[in-house]
Amino acid sequence: MNWLIHLGTNTLNRLEMFGRASFMLIGAIVAKPQPIKMIPLIIKQIHIVGVQSLLIIVISGLFIGMVMALQGYTILVDYGAEGSLGPMVALSLLRELGPVVTALLFAGRAGSALTAEIGLMKATEQLSSLEMMAVDPLRRVIAPRLWAGIISMPMLALIFSAVGILGGHLVGVDWLGVDSGSYWSIMQSTVDWNKDVVNGIIKTIVFAFVITWIATFKGYDSIPTSEGISKATTETVVFSSLAVLGLDFILTALMFGIE
Amino acid sequence: MKSRKSELLVGVFVALTIAAGLMLALNVANQSMSSSEDSYILYAKFDNIGGLKVRSAVKVGGVTVGRVDNITLNNSDFTPLVAMSISSEFDQFPETSSVSILTSGLLGEQYIGFQPGFAMDGVENLAEGDYIEDTKSALVLEDLIGQFLFSSNDG
Repeated sequence: MNWLIHLGTNTLNRLEMFGRASFMLIGAIVAKPQPIKMIPLIIKQIHIVGVQSLLIIVISGLFIGMVMALQGYTILVDYGAEGSLGPMVALSLLRELGPVVTALLFAGRAGSALTAEIGLMKATEQLSSLEMMAVDPLRRVIAPRLWAGIISMPMLALIFSAVGILGGHLVGVDWLGVDSGSYWSIMQSTVDWNKDVVNGIIKTIVFAFVITWIATFKGYDSIPTSEGISKATTETVVFSSLAVLGLDFILTALMFGIE
Repeated sequence: MKSRKSELLVGVFVALTIAAGLMLALNVANQSMSSSEDSYILYAKFDNIGGLKVRSAVKVGGVTVGRVDNITLNNSDFTPLVAMSISSEFDQFPETSSVSILTSGLLGEQYIGFQPGFAMDGVENLAEGDYIEDTKSALVLEDLIGQFLFSSNDG
């Protein structure tokens, strides 16, 4: 009996939280567009969320591309198929690793920062002060961060994949001696713009939306104490990583699973 | 000054993204060879297309001049009908040209080898919607082995 009550309360709490999150999202996004006010705010947030994540994205992309070329080469060379190294690196980066690893890094690097920032704003009553001045904190604080995340993460993922392919070239061609021509040309004949690149971009847009939504909501909804903020930050990273991995499977099944 | 700097860095970020996107489009996905280019459609009937796929290359002497646009089965005589989209750059192929399905390398992909015929008086060039009459089907390994066994039994 007790565990049924427990289950019921839990479900209701989850649903309530989802409802609050949806209200926050609608309040932040659905409104009369004010480009003159919003664009400078968004650009500032893109700087914080996107540009400052650039270094970690480039370095991880480079190393993941390099390691994939190394691992792929040792397997492919047994079959004399090391020419297929290019498409292997490119396809796994564009379809899976680019979107997913970027999303995980983004959740750790930018999502946690968003939550902590907004949570501290709430704890120090900056959000209430904004409301006192008749400035809607959803429009002024949450909306630019949401948009900045949704805009900059796909950009980061594109850079990640491109750098990874160059990293694969570095190891595969310059170090292990795969022919440069076959690396690029077999890649070109295998990779399809719409099927591989555009689907990857659609994936990242979905991930970006989910991560920034979770991050901003966790901050906005946090208990305004130091403990509450630390809990909210942890939850952001955990929930958005799990959401990304789960959604990735669903999106992959939808995009590539059914021919 | 602070906001100038962040705007500059965002500009650099956008430029990097465009560079990455261009690299993926041109170098990795080979977007320039896609259907955005002017092209015309030629048809060819084969007995057997083997492993030919949509988007397989159509090559003249190893140079890609187009791609397979569509593969359907003709409902009246049950032969595969292949539609090839050929770049308009190459529109001087005579009617006597022939096509065959070839394999690149031992285990490679299959592609259409396009053999231009002789241009003589009274022979027109292939144009949009024309059928190429002279076709050679894909080599099916099992058939080949069967033929080989059959002929070696004889001798």
